[in-house]
Amino acid sequence: MTFLTYLISGLALGSVYAIIALGYTMVYGIAKMLNFAHGDIIMVGGYAAFFAFNKFGLSPVVSILASILVCTLLGVIIERLAYKPLRQASSLSVLITAIGVSYFLQNGSQLIFGSDTKIFPAMLMEGSLKLFDGRLMISYLTLFTIFTCVVIMTVLTLFINKTKIGKAMRACAEDKGAAQLMGINVDTTISITFAIGSGLAAVAAILLCSTYPSLSPTLGSMPGIKAFTAAVFGGIGSIPGALLGGLLLGIIENLTKAYISTQLSDAIVFTVLIIVLLIKPTGLLGKKENVKV
Amino acid sequence: MANPVLEVKNLGIDFGGLTAVNNLNMEVYEGEIVGLIGPNGAGKTTVFNLLTKVYDPSRGSILLDGKDIARMTTVDVNKAGIARTFQNIRLFGKISVIDNVKTGMNNHHAYSVADAIFHTKKRNESEKRITEKAEELLKIFNLYDSRDIEADSLPYGAQRRLEIARALATEPKLLLLDEPAAGMNPQETDELMNTIRFVRDKFAISILLIEHDMSLVMNICERIYVLNYGTLLAKGSPDEIKNNEKVIKAYLGD
Amino acid sequence: MKGIMNTLFGKKNRSRTISFSLVILVYIVIEILMHAIRMPRLFTSLLVPVCCYIIVALALNLVVGFSGELSLGHAGFMAIGAFTAVAVSGLSASAVPNGMLRLFLSVVAGCIVSGLFGLLISVPVLKLSGDYLAIVTLAFGQIIKSLINNMFLGFDKNGLHFSFVTNEVSLENGKMLLSGPMGATDTAKISNFTTGIILILITLFIIYSLINSKYGRTIMAARDNRIAAESIGVDISRTKTLAFVISAALAGMAGALYALNYSTLQPSKFDFNTSILILVYVVFGGLGNINGTIISTTLLYVLPEMLRSLQDYRMLIYAVVLIVVMQLTNSSRIRRFADRITDLFRKKGEE
Repeated sequence: MTFLTYLISGLALGSVYAIIALGYTMVYGIAKMLNFAHGDIIMVGGYAAFFAFNKFGLSPVVSILASILVCTLLGVIIERLAYKPLRQASSLSVLITAIGVSYFLQNGSQLIFGSDTKIFPAMLMEGSLKLFDGRLMISYLTLFTIFTCVVIMTVLTLFINKTKIGKAMRACAEDKGAAQLMGINVDTTISITFAIGSGLAAVAAILLCSTYPSLSPTLGSMPGIKAFTAAVFGGIGSIPGALLGGLLLGIIENLTKAYISTQLSDAIVFTVLIIVLLIKPTGLLGKKENVKV
Repeated sequence: MANPVLEVKNLGIDFGGLTAVNNLNMEVYEGEIVGLIGPNGAGKTTVFNLLTKVYDPSRGSILLDGKDIARMTTVDVNKAGIARTFQNIRLFGKISVIDNVKTGMNNHHAYSVADAIFHTKKRNESEKRITEKAEELLKIFNLYDSRDIEADSLPYGAQRRLEIARALATEPKLLLLDEPAAGMNPQETDELMNTIRFVRDKFAISILLIEHDMSLVMNICERIYVLNYGTLLAKGSPDEIKNNEKVIKAYLGD
Repeated sequence: MKGIMNTLFGKKNRSRTISFSLVILVYIVIEILMHAIRMPRLFTSLLVPVCCYIIVALALNLVVGFSGELSLGHAGFMAIGAFTAVAVSGLSASAVPNGMLRLFLSVVAGCIVSGLFGLLISVPVLKLSGDYLAIVTLAFGQIIKSLINNMFLGFDKNGLHFSFVTNEVSLENGKMLLSGPMGATDTAKISNFTTGIILILITLFIIYSLINSKYGRTIMAARDNRIAAESIGVDISRTKTLAFVISAALAGMAGALYALNYSTLQPSKFDFNTSILILVYVVFGGLGNINGTIISTTLLYVLPEMLRSLQDYRMLIYAVVLIVVMQLTNSSRIRRFADRITDLFRKKGEE
């Protein structure tokens, strides 16, 4: 029974990773860049919700929407100002720029919000579901997190496969030049991708901060790295891969913490990642690229 | 005729359900210049990729001096004595012209990493020999004056010549040239023909070449293989090929 | 005559001459300044760390610039070198009282152990490339930090005591070398600016020797065109492994030098951010550009320290510098402008 508890909470953590990993994977698929600032957008999302709820006294739903709006705008602005001018530049220049943006967001937040840890309010829900005569307790938040992840995945998959914008995104991911020739506005499509990815980061932020209710300027770093790992784990560029990678990572991390060692959980998670990549060099669901000679 | 350097027997490869090359038999003898021609998409470059083990053959054998190389790696095939150029030029763009050629000589000049770091006599002597040989090759290909510039900044024709020089630096028995005259003007092509003959004689090697420029093929090849839809359509001397009905039909279409 | 000029001032040799003269010159100037006037403590305290970061940035440039693979875990190699050196130095303190000799031993040990780990991580290097390799190096860095964070090592008259995860080391009058997340405490500070400069010179010597040899040529050939390199008999895996192992060993050397400059050192010092920091130095200095790496590391390491008076704003300014420089160096408009200026000068020269 305790195993089930750990498994379910691992699933919830994995859901958060998956939602963040989606942002990484979508941006990677279309812009071929590792957006290292993605983790820090989560942090901004956390603060945005915190201020909307605590300082301005907005309702939870409005606070969440406000947080999503802030992150979406932030993502689009970052892309336009920092990444767009570098579209022809080497991937390392883009990587360094993303690192610069990450530092900027972290230190900017530290200046504005202070480096002290703030307590994130319980704005979503409290209480838990009791099963098997109370032997199995699952908090509603955990269930809600998993549910949100499922909804996001479904909607996103439909969006990408059925809508015009979704098809444009896939076309751009395949070949930007050809997409442009077919009349697709590549700049707009990339902006939309960043907007979606960043909006999802806000959702992840609220779920994450509700589960671990402490808010600090470096809050996004570790989940960011983990989710990035999850994206690669599943096969970067692949949306089902992000889901699978995120969930597996969350489960492995939680079970390791429960049964092996809390201190060593990072080491074990990353070792599993390396082993998986050795067996499947492009991740679990990644595509193998053939070089034409 | 002399001994065959290369003997290809029943060579074939499938990509998924598609058979790209099938039932190919061919020989190249010592000191020969042999042409491999055929319409676009006939599988010529695939044959080169099979011979150099970029692709693994689905069936058949490749004998180099009687030794089967069909299970070797690309690296070992080169060590065994096959060197090649590429249809879409593949130089080491960010290193100098002479270093491109020197890289080809690695396996013939042994010195250890420790030799390299401590600048031992062994290292210095090897490097001296490497430099001399590389300069000699560059002179043959008329590249000596551009020895210190980055390979990427060479003009197109010079890049093609550099690729040949680099392949020769590995001291092959058999040299595979994939469209060596592509993108060259008639005068450059003429010079190239002379150079190809010259290196064949000087280094006593055999050459197998893919080329669309028929004047070049007919001019320097002693024998020609014609490939169509991945199978051998005809083989023979340039005159035989010129008058072969099947070949004319394949090129002109039905 | 042209031949002699080439040997002395040829492209590669000129870079080497500049590197060595630059480092030696800077050393002499700083030594004279330190003897002539009282330099501020802030300045002198930066000297050894700058040397360390120059070494590790040069090491990383071997992988990123010359070998063309991205590593996001070089701080991990630094950490291995650092804590190996701390352990060796601590253990040999009574046997080898001479600080210089002990420093030498510790640095060599750090180098070797880190190089061995480089060999270990090369296994994935052979199988992966690009972003997948980058993530493996990132994971490696995290694993190393996490492992050292859980190591407890001490010694007393009964010998060495080691425990993992929980501290079960109890000593009779002994000394703790590694204390988990606290890292190394009470280390003898035996490295100094001079040894830092000597190690930079050794690093430069090794890297220049390597890239001007057949091994350097294969490393760059494998970077520029993998398929062509294989076609001329270059064993890609061995080549990449070589670059990685030497780079790891040099990074370990830097870590060893770093650790022996402080009495306390925590494993968290060598986290992901440090790996990124080193990468930033390399990219700013230019891929494959050795002198650029030395200069950029010095400037970028010193910059945030100089901005200390701005306190909270310094990292923000640092971030802005990173972004702006990347925009400027990649902007076609700026590049055209620079071209026009060089053209202007060239024309003047011709007149």
